[in-house]
Amino acid sequence: MTHPVDILLVVVILLNFLVLGTPALRLTIRGAAVQGAILAVLPLLVHRGFGWRVVAIAFATMAIKGLLIPGLLEKAMRDIHIRHEVEPYVGFVPSLFLCAVGTGLAILFAGNLPLAPEHVGTLLVPASLATLLSGFLVLTTRRKAISQVVGYLILENGIFIFGQLLIEAMPFLVEAGVLLDLFVGIFIMGIVINHIRQEFSSLDTELLSELKD
Amino acid sequence: MEGAGPDGALLLGAILLLALSGVPGLFARKGGSGGERLAAILTSAASVAGLVPAVRILFFGAGFRMEFPSPLPGGKVLLAADPLSALFLLPVFLVPALGAVYGLGYWPEAGHLRDGRKLRFFMGLLAASMAVVLIARSGVGFLVAWEVMALAAFFAATTEDRQPAVREAGWIYLVATHAGTLGLFGMTALLGATTGSFAWEAPASGIAATGSAHVVFLLALLGFGAKAGLFPFHFWLPGAHAGAPSHVSAVMSGVMLKVGLYGLLRVTSLYGAPPAWWGGLVLVLGATSALYGATLAAGQGDIKRLLAYSSIENVGIAATGIGVALLGRAAARPEWIALGLGGALLHVLFHSLFKPLLFLGAGAVLHGTGTREMDLMGGLLKRMPKTGAAFAIGCAAVVALPPLNGFFSEFVVYLGLLRAFSGPGELLLAGFAAPALALAGGVALAAFVKLFGVVFLGNPRSEKAAHAHEPGLSMRVPMLLLAGACLVAGLLSPLLVPAIDRATGAWAGRSPGGAMPLSSAAPIASVAIWGAAFGAFLALAAAAAALLLRRRSLSRGPTWDCGYARPTARMQYTGSSFGEWIAFRLTPRVATSPLEERLPEGIFPRGARVSAPAPARDPVLLRFLEPLAAKWARRFSGLHALQEGRLTFYLVYVLGTLVALLAWSVLRGWFPLP
Repeated sequence: MTHPVDILLVVVILLNFLVLGTPALRLTIRGAAVQGAILAVLPLLVHRGFGWRVVAIAFATMAIKGLLIPGLLEKAMRDIHIRHEVEPYVGFVPSLFLCAVGTGLAILFAGNLPLAPEHVGTLLVPASLATLLSGFLVLTTRRKAISQVVGYLILENGIFIFGQLLIEAMPFLVEAGVLLDLFVGIFIMGIVINHIRQEFSSLDTELLSELKD
Repeated sequence: MEGAGPDGALLLGAILLLALSGVPGLFARKGGSGGERLAAILTSAASVAGLVPAVRILFFGAGFRMEFPSPLPGGKVLLAADPLSALFLLPVFLVPALGAVYGLGYWPEAGHLRDGRKLRFFMGLLAASMAVVLIARSGVGFLVAWEVMALAAFFAATTEDRQPAVREAGWIYLVATHAGTLGLFGMTALLGATTGSFAWEAPASGIAATGSAHVVFLLALLGFGAKAGLFPFHFWLPGAHAGAPSHVSAVMSGVMLKVGLYGLLRVTSLYGAPPAWWGGLVLVLGATSALYGATLAAGQGDIKRLLAYSSIENVGIAATGIGVALLGRAAARPEWIALGLGGALLHVLFHSLFKPLLFLGAGAVLHGTGTREMDLMGGLLKRMPKTGAAFAIGCAAVVALPPLNGFFSEFVVYLGLLRAFSGPGELLLAGFAAPALALAGGVALAAFVKLFGVVFLGNPRSEKAAHAHEPGLSMRVPMLLLAGACLVAGLLSPLLVPAIDRATGAWAGRSPGGAMPLSSAAPIASVAIWGAAFGAFLALAAAAAALLLRRRSLSRGPTWDCGYARPTARMQYTGSSFGEWIAFRLTPRVATSPLEERLPEGIFPRGARVSAPAPARDPVLLRFLEPLAAKWARRFSGLHALQEGRLTFYLVYVLGTLVALLAWSVLRGWFPLP
């Protein structure tokens, strides 16, 4: 726990617990935003050289994950006057428990993955897997469309952390691609949310299952 | 890119032009005629531009070869044309252009605001993708073009997707073509594993036909056979061809089926000496298709379904020739190769003249009467004399009456079968195939006598037929051109022989015995001369008859008058009654639906009736595939519980898979496998 990257990653993991454990929708959005902002700093610390690519990724990540998407989500919350409570399928305490199990498993898995020697000691892989699993948990256990967007965001954060392992091997293109992917995904979800609201006057995804054939 | 040459550049330009021919129309004003005229002009220009290099490669040129680097897996994209490709390119450039011109009158933008533009776009794309299939020589590029072709044909054939029958036929086609494509994927992968690259090029002695080659052949037969409409894989064909707009049917039947045969030829050309059972299987399937197609054609009540079944017959005839040629390569008999493949290639060329003619004629009939039901027609020759004359030529050509072109190609195929049977090292199989083809030919003759007699002769059986009218010039000209081509193509076939020899050489170049010229295997020239003499005799006799009749006074009366006081149209033979002896005596019971009859009873009977409903679906589909599909659907119905329709559950599946995979990696670390 000596490296500053690891301290940040611990905060990221704790934020997973915050998002899963709070009933306030606004807080989950903020939690995801803070997580995104921390991740934006990550490339600068992981890589010793401040190449323009790394700086560009950091800025783009900060702008999109830390400001733009959370801003859009809060605007959506205001616009459509949804209630402030998260409505989970699974209660908060069980979700927290599952998140803890997931984080434990992530640490276990990470120890067994064949990694490059310079990544073995860090928390990068466990944090990535833990965030990925938390994102999945949010996606699967939450009812509201907006919470599902948050889950998607957290899932992408997990992938982003994993991408830090590869930033030297993989060109800038991959990171840019992930960011673009995320942005477009959220954008489309925003449109869908709006349409769902107009058509069904509710954002409860459970009601959507009546649409299946 | 290497060695494109002027031929390659012209060919690629023509293909690009074809693909884009429908695009300007998409942006043109809806209902305006500019887009459709531009599409017809572009398609015609592309055809001329494409026919030039195709003819040059077929008769003189050495062909061309181009390589493009590709980011796709499978490496470079290879385009090449040899005489075999060029021969199949001829119909690709000829028929769609005639179809596009025909479409101006048949499917005018003004009357088809909803689907006209879509149709023209996919017609262009279909033609272009077929051309690319014919020159693609590497696995991935070929499969991409193949899939574009299949989908373009799907969208073009389902133009009238508001009709449930068209939608159903479209789905069946889509399933069939994708099942075939799956086979081709497997074939490409296996072939790539054998040769070490996805380029379809083989050493001069060919690939040894051992081991996985047998699987490659069977997969090719599945994939290409499904496209060509060979017997057990033909089930999509009648519905799709009947439901498509007639000029699309013409392209699908006249050209796309042949692309399937081309694929089979291309893949088998890579092998040195294919084992005898390959040729035997193709021969048996071909003869079965011919007999099956002809027999079912005779029982159809829908004019376009009849033509579609006749296409199955004709593909069967060509496949029989290919089977003889494959057997010839297995036994190193150049004569069998020359006759079998020569007949098949001639038949491919000639069928792409008379079948589009017949489909365009059927379209004109549909256009004039508003129905495809033959038993509602009759007497159309008096109302549509030009269409009727062109259609009569097409009918005579399709049933191989001399001196029309169909006779020449079938003659060569028969000659191949007879040589294979009678020559040294005789082949018993050919002895069965020749009578089967002869029977098919006789039944096909009956089917087309029924078609022409019921539709064009006699008196109209309904109001619709009574008010039929001749189509406009844009529809008549393509039919006239095709009819003219059918008249002369057979007599000119000696001129085609060098081209056929070059294509045969390209196919059989890797076999040990090589090929021999068709002219020394078959007396094509003398047959053509005798054919011309026979044609001249017929023309003279007709002229003499006309001259004699001019001197006499003629009185015209209704057909089937027979001195009755009040003849009615219901006294005529109907199509059902004419075809009954074939549909119910000759066809196996499983392939027919029962006769619906109420027999006369008592001394003063009243209200008796009999009707012979033509099956609305192909027997293979009805009796075999649909029960099988229903059985499998029941077997797997439990899986519906998994596809619950809730996103959350799907995500849980993903999560579960992820955790399971990670857990497996951990466990493998703890308990390493021995």
